[in-house]
Amino acid sequence: MAADGNIGKIQELIYEIRVCDVMKGNVITVSPQTPMSELRRILREKRISGTPVVEGDKLVGIISLDDFIRWMAEREQDCPIGEKMTRNVQTLYSDEPLILAVNRFDQLGFGRFAVLDRKSERLLGIITKGDIVEGLLRKLEIDYYKEENQRHEEQHFFEDILADKSVLFFRYDVMGHDFKRAGESASRLKATLRRLGLNPQIVRRVAIATYEAEMNLIIYTDGGRIRVRVQPHEIAVRVEDSGPGIPDVDKVMRPGYSTAPEWVRELGFGAGMGLNNILKCSDKMDLRSALGKGTRLSICISIEEGAKSEAN
Amino acid sequence: MKLKDIERILGAEIVAGIGLREKDIEMACGSDLMSDVLAFMKSGSLLLTGLTNPQVVRTAEMTDLGAICFVRGKKPDQETIDMAESKNIPLLTTPLPMFESCGRLYRRGLPGCSEYTE
Repeated sequence: MAADGNIGKIQELIYEIRVCDVMKGNVITVSPQTPMSELRRILREKRISGTPVVEGDKLVGIISLDDFIRWMAEREQDCPIGEKMTRNVQTLYSDEPLILAVNRFDQLGFGRFAVLDRKSERLLGIITKGDIVEGLLRKLEIDYYKEENQRHEEQHFFEDILADKSVLFFRYDVMGHDFKRAGESASRLKATLRRLGLNPQIVRRVAIATYEAEMNLIIYTDGGRIRVRVQPHEIAVRVEDSGPGIPDVDKVMRPGYSTAPEWVRELGFGAGMGLNNILKCSDKMDLRSALGKGTRLSICISIEEGAKSEAN
Repeated sequence: MKLKDIERILGAEIVAGIGLREKDIEMACGSDLMSDVLAFMKSGSLLLTGLTNPQVVRTAEMTDLGAICFVRGKKPDQETIDMAESKNIPLLTTPLPMFESCGRLYRRGLPGCSEYTE
């Protein structure tokens, strides 16, 4: 049944997609004056089996490997491509639906068609059967990705749980000074929350706040832990480290205040906005720190609020 | 505006997410400060930036950005490209500098994140 569905989908797509969506632009062309002896080098170097022949802006013919082999077999003198090329080239217009191209390939048995702009008749590109297959596969992949995402969004994990109280708990361990892996915890948390079918805006706020906090662990501490507690009504994130601690908590909350080292700033971070951004993303935030002992950041993001705003 | 329009307007090359050229991009922002991106950019928008480290892709992932375009001919390294591919975030690179890139897109009607209304 799934296979039938896919075939139906492809049939729809070949009416939807246009020639210009799958053709290859920047075509390699030759002039009718180019000698046949040159053609072999061009075909081989560019790994193509045929190419349009263009004079000025105008398409005057097409020359293929077949033409070249025929010329070789007849052991003729070298001559300009113009004498051996196929004139009366079958072309397609870039705005035509793919189905038309498919039918033409079927009827005429050609390996390729030149694609022209309908107004100017200028050569825009070339299309082969391979391009059509590739274009369809690409489109199917995009659609599949969209569907897959939607499927995740449609799940509502908590609604399927029958209990008086349900709590999910996740822990992520963050290494200090490991800038390369910065954001891995926030990324894993984000993917997990999405899978639970939570509102994307809520997930985004949690992800941004957690990422900022994870960055702080990496930039300023030797590492720490991120603990996340998910309940049907709210998500709580607690980020803890064991030092060095913040000397003045009020001061670090001031926008633009930063003690970040230069290398961090060069990477686009450490502008003294992180904690403010965490505050902005959360419904409740608490920051406590003891010098030499460590820092604890707790934030709460309400799920019900977000669900409400989605319903409105 | 579709990603393929942005590709054309900026004379850009798509270095990751080549299959996502039909993606809709409704607004954009230019910044080299990831802190600003995290604080002010909206879901689905295009980020124009001169930074190419993997954290730019991480930032885009967290904020649900639609695409990233590196300006002034900067090419990201393989690690950045791989991360973008795995997160389905398209990466473009344009030879144009930041100001010209933003200007061209704005002139063609792509609004900024702060003025965009649904």
